[in-house]
Amino acid sequence: MCETCGCTVTSGNVHLARETRGHDAQVVEVLQKLLASNNDAAAHNRAHFNEHSVFVVNLMSSPGAGKTALLEATIDALRDECNIAVIEGDLETENDAARVRARGVPAVQITTGSACHLDAELVHRALHELPMDGIDLLFIENVGNLVCPASFDLGQHRNVVLLSVTEGDDKPAKYPVMFRAADLVVLSKTDLLGVLDDFEPLRAEAALRALGRGTPLIHIAARRTPALQPWLDWLRCELGQHRTASRQFRARTPAPAGAGQRRPTPVGARD
Amino acid sequence: MHELSVCQALLAQVREIANAHGAIGVRQIIVAVGPLSGVEPALLAGAFQMARAGSCAAQADLIFEQPPVRVRCEECGADSACAANRLLCAECGGYRTRLLSGDELCLLRIELSCADEPHRPLAA
Repeated sequence: MCETCGCTVTSGNVHLARETRGHDAQVVEVLQKLLASNNDAAAHNRAHFNEHSVFVVNLMSSPGAGKTALLEATIDALRDECNIAVIEGDLETENDAARVRARGVPAVQITTGSACHLDAELVHRALHELPMDGIDLLFIENVGNLVCPASFDLGQHRNVVLLSVTEGDDKPAKYPVMFRAADLVVLSKTDLLGVLDDFEPLRAEAALRALGRGTPLIHIAARRTPALQPWLDWLRCELGQHRTASRQFRARTPAPAGAGQRRPTPVGARD
Repeated sequence: MHELSVCQALLAQVREIANAHGAIGVRQIIVAVGPLSGVEPALLAGAFQMARAGSCAAQADLIFEQPPVRVRCEECGADSACAANRLLCAECGGYRTRLLSGDELCLLRIELSCADEPHRPLAA
């Protein structure tokens, strides 16, 4: 994608944008992203998050990689540092939201029915049930799926992808779209490495590097507090940077913008 | 299976454009779907067969352009073609690369039927 204006024309595909016209038909050049409508809704969500200085993390992984367990441990560890809220995405049940609420944190469950991913509109609707005032950190736990959620921007500031050591260490090679979307890859359940002889963390890292990304990769075990430290360090660092960026954003944004006034680029908008 | 969601978004865009141009039908829809877009052309084609029924594009063909995966090396500057899960520089083997093409998921153009107006000019 063009990093200047966000269009999809690059030097690699500009030849596809040729103009043609039939004799009895009209050919209209469009060059519009297929998910433009979702992207607009995601931008709206992101602006809403930025207005309330909320840092938003989209958690993605296969089912059972330990997303909810990581959230539970994170809530316990950061209880005295920041206010957390969670949006949970699953096909059915309120189970995950109930686990989060049991930790004393507000949670909204989105049940997607048969849909395999969250989209920006679903998150937007969930936000109506989740007041942002006083919230510092919002986690969106996406539907457990290494394919579809990667294609849908929700308005988050960071994508975190979990890879548990009970899965194959070649997952980044099998699911390149998902792992390319990650801002952080978390190797989870590493306390089980001692009893697993077929997962080699270095092979997982090599598969990630082969995707042309310098994405950081950390090891955690959500059930063991010391092994959570790299994750908490990353979160604190990102949260701090977001707060600084939010303050600077507000400082250079004029008070209530008049009609048609252009605001600076929202904090955290990718690409 | 998110191809159906993508297809519905595609048809909404096509409908909007067809209406704006006063078209009586849609003949062809040409999309670019790269290997790193997260969408499988064959599944999108299957979803399109279902989703187009009853729409302005009910008679339309969905045509795919499939741009290859190409990267530019941030280290040595070389451009190279590569596999979707091996985005390394073919010249120096470096992993600090930037994608030039391959993640496209966009509507390139549509061919509309316009009654009795074969030479109507293109919209700006």
